Amino acid sequence: MAWVNDIIQGILIGGLYALFACGLSLMFGVMKVVNLAHGDLAIIGGYIAVGVIAVTHIPVLWSFVIVVPLMALLGYVLQRTVIQASLDRSILTTLLVTFGLSVVIENGLLEFVNADSHSLGVGNAIITSSFSIGSQITIPYLLLLIFAVAVVVLLGLQYFLSLSRYGRLIRAVADDKEAAQLSGVDYRHVFGIAAAIAFGTVALAGIAYGMYSQFSPTTGTDTILLFAFAAVVIGGLGSLWGTLLGGVVLGVAQAIGAQINSSDQLLAGYIVFLAILVFRPQGLVARGAQS
Amino acid sequence: MSEPNGRGDRALLEVRDLTVHHGQLRALDHVSLQVYPGEVYAIIGANGAGKSTLLRTIAGLHHPTEGSIVYDGKDMTRVRPERRATGGIAMVPEGRRLFGSLTVEENLQVGATYARKGPWTIERVYELFGWMRERRNQRTAQLSGGEQQSVAIGRALVANPRVLLLDELSLGLAPVVVQRIYAMLPQILAAGLTVLLVEQDVSQALRVATHLQCLLEGRTTLEGRPSDVTPAQVEAAYFGLGPEGAKSVREGGQPSPRGVWGDGQSPQEQGGSGGDRSPRESRDSLWRGSTTSSRGS
Amino acid sequence: MSVATETAARSAENYRVTRSRRNVAWTGLGALVVVVVLALFPYVAGPGTDTIMVQAFIILTLASMWNLLAGYAGLVSVGQQAFVGLGAYFVLILNVHSISMFSALPVAAAGCGVAALPMWWLVSRLRSGYFAIATWVLATTVLLIIEKFPSIGGGTGMSLPHTPNLDSAVLEAYTYWIGLAVTVLALLAVYLLLRGRLGLVLTAIRDDEVAARSSGARTGLARMLVFVVAGIGCGAAGALLAISQLIVQPTAVFSVQWTAEMAFAVIIGGLGTIEGPILGTIVYMILQQTLASYNAWYLIILGLVAMVIAIFARRGLWGLVDDHLHVRLFPVGYWLWAPGSNGRRGVIPRRGGRHS
Repeated sequence: MAWVNDIIQGILIGGLYALFACGLSLMFGVMKVVNLAHGDLAIIGGYIAVGVIAVTHIPVLWSFVIVVPLMALLGYVLQRTVIQASLDRSILTTLLVTFGLSVVIENGLLEFVNADSHSLGVGNAIITSSFSIGSQITIPYLLLLIFAVAVVVLLGLQYFLSLSRYGRLIRAVADDKEAAQLSGVDYRHVFGIAAAIAFGTVALAGIAYGMYSQFSPTTGTDTILLFAFAAVVIGGLGSLWGTLLGGVVLGVAQAIGAQINSSDQLLAGYIVFLAILVFRPQGLVARGAQS
Repeated sequence: MSEPNGRGDRALLEVRDLTVHHGQLRALDHVSLQVYPGEVYAIIGANGAGKSTLLRTIAGLHHPTEGSIVYDGKDMTRVRPERRATGGIAMVPEGRRLFGSLTVEENLQVGATYARKGPWTIERVYELFGWMRERRNQRTAQLSGGEQQSVAIGRALVANPRVLLLDELSLGLAPVVVQRIYAMLPQILAAGLTVLLVEQDVSQALRVATHLQCLLEGRTTLEGRPSDVTPAQVEAAYFGLGPEGAKSVREGGQPSPRGVWGDGQSPQEQGGSGGDRSPRESRDSLWRGSTTSSRGS
Repeated sequence: MSVATETAARSAENYRVTRSRRNVAWTGLGALVVVVVLALFPYVAGPGTDTIMVQAFIILTLASMWNLLAGYAGLVSVGQQAFVGLGAYFVLILNVHSISMFSALPVAAAGCGVAALPMWWLVSRLRSGYFAIATWVLATTVLLIIEKFPSIGGGTGMSLPHTPNLDSAVLEAYTYWIGLAVTVLALLAVYLLLRGRLGLVLTAIRDDEVAARSSGARTGLARMLVFVVAGIGCGAAGALLAISQLIVQPTAVFSVQWTAEMAFAVIIGGLGTIEGPILGTIVYMILQQTLASYNAWYLIILGLVAMVIAIFARRGLWGLVDDHLHVRLFPVGYWLWAPGSNGRRGVIPRRGGRHS
């Protein structure tokens, strides 16, 4: 019954995938932007964390305090400049520009940082250990922590969107940005806020990933972007909890794939992704009014 | 433009020689109007006459090719729409354009986010529309057309504007609903609003308006007070019929310097400037006697 | 006389519509000259330059296909590398069964066209962003599946087992000519397709899809045709890649970098123009050759330039040329001549001068 262990780990890693995915979902839901550089931004977050830790020697677990706000600011600036300029042209242009951004980031990282894998390590002995349930189930604390963080972040985001003033503005602008303008709302600023949130969450996810596994300059597109998108599509756009479900389904599919054949882990996930795209493109948790 | 006319010292909202294009199509052709404080100024005209384009340009959603928009003495032509809104121009757009995934109350809250100081609050909107308070947590996508229209009006009101732009309130609504909404207009105006509205329903517009202007193919065909124009004149201006129905009336009965069809350009001056003039050439030749003088001013 | 008939009568008399301006006959001749000159290339140049030219041919073929997809059909695919890889692997598989790699090329291209059909079925209903990601996922899936077969090299790849027994210079020359043929065919195919009804349908879709469909245009069929043609073209390029490299490695032939390169070439050269990919490929090759020793730099610069051009000069470098000089090497549009013009000027007013 070793596969029960794997399934549970698959569920937990779904939290990490959901954390990757919520920024992508937010940017697409609010601005209709498919940010093809999304995965690379997570990796940038990871590399910045590596640098910050090297310079300030703060514990790994606290690196997010510096990295997340920094990335959020980067997100706001990038949105107000590059992405808004492409949006003003057309949706096609945003795809092309974010794709270009992705390639530039990856190759830039390859140039300035070497191509080796990095890992953030964990630093705290407790986290590296695991706890056991029964004789066959072993769960690393780190994974549990990541899942908990993901749930907290999603809860916070949900709360923010439903109840806060800016959350309301974000939802309004997502519904009809022209009508929002007529009510005095500068939608470019609201887009910037949404992008800041997206970049911040994906940076957090990147740090988590760096703690759990290794990353290299190409991990952004090899792994993260497609996982994030798969989680969004499987769960359905417009629902944060759908994104969590999507992440979990992806994680479980990969765990099952790994059981069948260790090299089929990725393939299993992608096949599920394609199946949903074909047979239920609105995702497993379809939400009506959102785009 | 500052002729003594008994309407007040200065126009609150002024549109000067506005020309707006949609790509190659000329939607508005040298349209002008002045709206004084407290007035209800109605723009009527058939489909495609340019009415909604006019309102949208005033709100800032379109850029004019020529001409200017002056609000409270300040030139607003280059100002972004959200700044016009916070400056006191609120529009209830064509088709309501509510935030569908937000509740009634949330829609009003968005409207109130950057509101000016004034008498209108969400509470007062609930008093104005009795049914709204109970349904305030309902998503607006689930409301009927008339209810949505009320929420849209409320959303504009809570911003406490000085000028309210109403774009085709009657669109897609049953006549009895339209009447009920227009019946609320006096209550809305009581607090000192100025209204510029666009309506396809001419009788409804005539009932509430203090001044009106009729557009046809982007040009002004009639201008004046409802009491000064006959139904025949309105009909002629609306449909673009013969010269006997097309007389422009200004305050004090002075003839308009700009002529009936809005351009005053004699047919000889219309050269080969592309195709959009040619059908009109033959029309102008029938009525060459009715207008003089050059374009502008 | 009613207004309507008066206008219509006047239009019919004086306005003319033509497919091209005077200059296209000269361009056709020019193109022929260029092709002949290029064909003579191997006789005068050294073997190293042959290889570079083959690389250029591959990029040009890929670019014109990506341009067809994104610039004309509005399909931004980030997964064309699937066909590049499939084309290469078709050649490998056939070669393993003792079929000459040169004969394998057309089969590979056709095979990719067939493979495009089920792929289209999977992704056709998706909107732009989803479509892009789906093509990428599809390409990665194909890679993962192919890697599972050790008989064609598994995860590490395999060199072509049955290469012709020829002098290396001669082999390169043959490769060169095959590459030239593929490129010329690709450009010709794109030109003819766009000049015909497909071009009209695609332009109609680009302007207003709902209107196009309600006018009876078979929009779904048009898009599918474009996707299949692009599959064939990219497959041919992939086959050419296998032939020129004599080895097929999965991560190399299925790399998303192929899409990056063809996309950047098109964006820089001119999205939505046939001449654009040609110009873009030239820019790409110049950058790649001058920066070759700096590893990833050429991609970084290419990417940045592409981003800037995508935002500020939508139709790329060729678009800038076209806007100022009104030159069309490949006439696929229509020209409207105002009454009174004698065929020397277009309707678009310009400051003075003739344009022959």
